[in-house]
Amino acid sequence: MPYDKFNLLKSTVVPLSSENVDTDQIIPARFLKATEREGFGDNLFRDWRYDSEGQPKKDFVLNDPTYSGKILLAGKNFGSGSSREHAVWALYDYGFRCVVSSFFADIFKNNCLNIGVLPVTISPEFAETLFQAVEADPNTQVTVDLDKQTITLLSTGQSEQFDINIYKKENMKNGFDDIDYLLNIKVEIEEFASKR
Amino acid sequence: MEKKTLFDKIWDAHVVRSVPDGPDVFFIDKHFIHEVTSPVAFLNLEKRGIGVLYPERTIATPDHNVPTVDQDKTIKDKLSRMQVEKLRENCKKYGIELHDLGSAHHGIVHVIGPELGVTQPGMTIVCGDSHTSTHGAFGAIAFGIGTSEVEMVLATQCIMQTKAKKMRITVDGELGRGVTSKDIILYIISKISAAGATGYFVEYAGSAIQKLSMEARMTICNMSIEMGARGGLIAPDETTFNYLKGKQYTPKGADWEKALTYWKTLKTDEGAVFDKEYHFDGNDIEPMITYGTNPGMGIKVKDSIPTTEGMEGSNKASFMKSLDYMGFAPGEPIKGKKVDYVFVGSCTNGRIEDIRAVAGFVKGRQKASNITAWIVPGSREVEKMAHEEGLVKILEAAGFELRQPGCSACLAMNDDKIPAGKYAVSTSNRNFEGRQGPGARTLLASPLTVAAVAVTGEITDPRDVF
Repeated sequence: MPYDKFNLLKSTVVPLSSENVDTDQIIPARFLKATEREGFGDNLFRDWRYDSEGQPKKDFVLNDPTYSGKILLAGKNFGSGSSREHAVWALYDYGFRCVVSSFFADIFKNNCLNIGVLPVTISPEFAETLFQAVEADPNTQVTVDLDKQTITLLSTGQSEQFDINIYKKENMKNGFDDIDYLLNIKVEIEEFASKR
Repeated sequence: MEKKTLFDKIWDAHVVRSVPDGPDVFFIDKHFIHEVTSPVAFLNLEKRGIGVLYPERTIATPDHNVPTVDQDKTIKDKLSRMQVEKLRENCKKYGIELHDLGSAHHGIVHVIGPELGVTQPGMTIVCGDSHTSTHGAFGAIAFGIGTSEVEMVLATQCIMQTKAKKMRITVDGELGRGVTSKDIILYIISKISAAGATGYFVEYAGSAIQKLSMEARMTICNMSIEMGARGGLIAPDETTFNYLKGKQYTPKGADWEKALTYWKTLKTDEGAVFDKEYHFDGNDIEPMITYGTNPGMGIKVKDSIPTTEGMEGSNKASFMKSLDYMGFAPGEPIKGKKVDYVFVGSCTNGRIEDIRAVAGFVKGRQKASNITAWIVPGSREVEKMAHEEGLVKILEAAGFELRQPGCSACLAMNDDKIPAGKYAVSTSNRNFEGRQGPGARTLLASPLTVAAVAVTGEITDPRDVF
């Protein structure tokens, strides 16, 4: 479904350095029982965020008031495991519009692009730089410029280019999704199907 | 002539068009849906005011959240019930074939597809579930998708996909006593890591793979996603054709011969190039088990948990976080650790061969008193065969509890949860934190190893108790 257009994002950053964060951590399976898309943000990182009594765990970054922002800076191999799009819905619903990591799991990355959360892949070195900067100063601002395909640490001006194919980039900039494209070529699809 | 891999052949035959500097418009032959990842897709179709383009290309079954007891009664959990009812409603409204709870072919979507013969060589198959890779065992391109893509397939029978890179993993040699296909895949993942095949589609080849049954091949392809691969596939051969012949949805008569002629072309050309290749020797593989919180953290049952030597920074921190969760220490042996639960089931190892393996081992023995043993058939068909073959009697006599088909304790969306802090040795596919219930500690292993653990009550190499 249509989502907010993504152009330029300037924001503080929430750092989550754990590696191999799977989608079961992002949204545990027991919270997948909804038949609508809204409201998953409440259970984002549920078992890392709350104890078994439902009390916030103080040492988890989302419960640390010094950190906030629309950018999640994640450790490598983020989003592995289950294909549940609910993981991205939860991130979006919570308020994240961009996830930055040195390595993403495939299906998760695809799901992000399909609902308007920009996955930005950066080098492990730049990821380390960002983690250090954000941990030293939680007010550190980062700019993600989709048009120029750059991510910049504002305090030092350090910047890196990231990849995204032109088709997906245009979709993100305009808030389009793939169905709009596919419905436009339905006749061609039907012709293809008739030969199978 | 251009040398093509099996993956190339199937992929190229399904590209409707390629978007310049973008993905391919990729045609899907068969689409499986279940109750958890489909409702929002249907809801969005309604919002857009569009229907399902080819309902006959989609097949549905409720599996993820269903209870595994009293399936003939109304589902007690309100949210689960609503999801299952929504699936029924949507299938009825759009004319989609549904294998509902209690029907002859109800079961885990990746178990019933092959059982019905819906899954066939050369097809493209998707489902809103990452273990769709299971169907690759038949020489199909099969992979998991998100709900937005479920919507796309319902509306247009296509998704927008960038073609993955190609990897081949060759396993030659002989498998030793007590070594199963689950050990092969856990071994491979332990070698190349939980992210080692991200961005790739994997073809499994070699003599050790060719000798496997279809059930065993499905176990391997099923876990392709656990090393990050989008999917895995195996070239179809006589084993594949024999399995499919006479199944409900496979072609019959002259159509069968025609299909067979095509299916026999589905193999990688001699000299075709892969982006990455791995070779493993089957003789090196022994019974495997995981000790951590991702499927790449696997060792031979006889070995010790790795030490932190050579690890640093976030790598070491993640390793230690994982071991803390599991209650294990670096360098200690895994054998002899006390276990509380065993789970036999899931789309990885919930097929009849798996249940036969467990029953064959526990026949005449008793589970240990500290063990709760659950056995959950992957489908009604598997359940029926287990009864007919006398396996259920054997298992119940050994103290196992037989439940009704579903995903069950693999992801614990229903009541089949492992309590916090308890240890479960499981034939399923993921040992993530909390996967089998909040705080549950999961160790992945083969059905044989699980059977051995059930009997001894502790981590055991099955070869030690044969």
